[in-house]
Amino acid sequence: MIAALDLPYWAQTLIKVGVAAIVVPTGAAIAVYLFLFKLISFMQSRLGPMEAGPHGTMQLLAEVGKWLQKEDIVPERADQRLFKIPPFIILGSTFLMFVVIPAGPTAVVSSLPTGIFYVLAVSSVSVIGVLVAGWASANKYALMGGLRAAGQLIAYELPMVLAVVGVVIQAGTLNMQEIVVQQSHGAIFGFGGIGNPYVLTQLVGFVVFMIAVQAELGQTPFDMPVAESEVVGGWMVEYTGIRFLVFFLSEFAAAVGFSAIASTLFLGGWSVPATWFDPMSGTGRFLMHFGGPIILLTKTMVLTGVIFWVRFSMPRFREDQLQRMAWKFLIPISLLNIAATAILKVVM
Amino acid sequence: MPAPTPKVPGFLKGLGVTARTAKETMFPDGMLRNPVPAPSKGAATVQYPHVKEAPAPRARGVISLNEDNCTACMLCARECPDWCIYIEAHKTLAPPRRAGGKPRSVNALDRFDIDFSLCMYCGICVEVCPFEALYWSPEYEYSEVRIADLLHDKSRLGQWFETVPDNEPYEPGAEVKKKPVSRKGAK
Repeated sequence: MIAALDLPYWAQTLIKVGVAAIVVPTGAAIAVYLFLFKLISFMQSRLGPMEAGPHGTMQLLAEVGKWLQKEDIVPERADQRLFKIPPFIILGSTFLMFVVIPAGPTAVVSSLPTGIFYVLAVSSVSVIGVLVAGWASANKYALMGGLRAAGQLIAYELPMVLAVVGVVIQAGTLNMQEIVVQQSHGAIFGFGGIGNPYVLTQLVGFVVFMIAVQAELGQTPFDMPVAESEVVGGWMVEYTGIRFLVFFLSEFAAAVGFSAIASTLFLGGWSVPATWFDPMSGTGRFLMHFGGPIILLTKTMVLTGVIFWVRFSMPRFREDQLQRMAWKFLIPISLLNIAATAILKVVM
Repeated sequence: MPAPTPKVPGFLKGLGVTARTAKETMFPDGMLRNPVPAPSKGAATVQYPHVKEAPAPRARGVISLNEDNCTACMLCARECPDWCIYIEAHKTLAPPRRAGGKPRSVNALDRFDIDFSLCMYCGICVEVCPFEALYWSPEYEYSEVRIADLLHDKSRLGQWFETVPDNEPYEPGAEVKKKPVSRKGAK
């Protein structure tokens, strides 16, 4: 849409940055309100915030206002300069993730040929932020949390990449826009009525990917790095005020981002997978300029809901259980999945 | 003996429990009818400042003082783990019990303060009082802006005594006190 207007490069860039700057915090805010404030409350038989705005919709604004007023404390023994950087490393990595997620036929900030590879690369930058935060805080809990986070994020980076490889083999491309189109046009054993959303053929990959996402985000069965009952908040323990706010919002923005990637890879993205509906030309293309973002948001919020549903239901894994699950279970399964996909791709 | 394998994996069972609770909280009148009614019908909680929960029987809200029964024996002040009870008294003469008797020597309270900013609500003072002068009151709304205002003097503690309910019946099977003293009768 933006490219079609034939604007100069700087104007396009400005618009894209503006859109990203609106979309990312809005997505995070919706996720916080819907899931952290409301869904968990209902699951615990209470109503959650009800006072700020109708049904507590303005609660997050009140919380943000509170955090902004707080003192920006840097511990005396901490590495003064290093301590201040990590929130913005993590926020940056979260923002960069949204660059290649397509939300319509042309509504994508930058349709990189190696889109999914890029996403996996920038999303793993956040582990550096976590490690820096843990180290620079000069706090034993922060350091332990940071090391746990490093071990966990590296362990679960692998099954995530391997789960994506299955999709990439089947689609034959790394470009996320192409992956969406492939799902939209695909057919399962000659039947194309519902296209070929890869969740059907790559169910194993989808499950492995969602488990790995849960671990990458540090959501509850995998929240060893911030386990409040063991390391009192882990690598975030020394952060207050606006820096904590940035950590908090990037956590939720990352949840939304990973859900958007999962819905793009496995659920058909912004499109409705079906052969009788061509999203890239004619009326379908025109409709999808408007419908695409809504469809993508719906799928994303459903997947985010699943992530938080699991988070609110499960107790925490022990460190050894967590590592065993990644190395002895998820990685072999995803390797088998890749082998099966490759063989079927060649045979069929 | 290994634990029996459950029919439904625990993971799915857990998800089911939270989903069911969420459904019951959101739609107490059945599916999609009157979602999330306010005040909270489906929730186990109440919306506090608008709706107030009745305290449980024998709720420990605030400690109250029946000044007439207090003999300034200082047992409560000495047993208090936080030393948050301050008592001052002087000796005085009270009229004799029977006509023609000798005037009795009694302790009159000058000061009986409980500092609720220190109190940890252990209830040892209430237990230890041999003269039934201290009681638990179920009132709980006495927060203050200034911490010094949490020091309740004997008139304030006496006002709390007005709110003490009479002996509430024990639950079946509970250990029964030998001689329950009527609260109102103790006055």
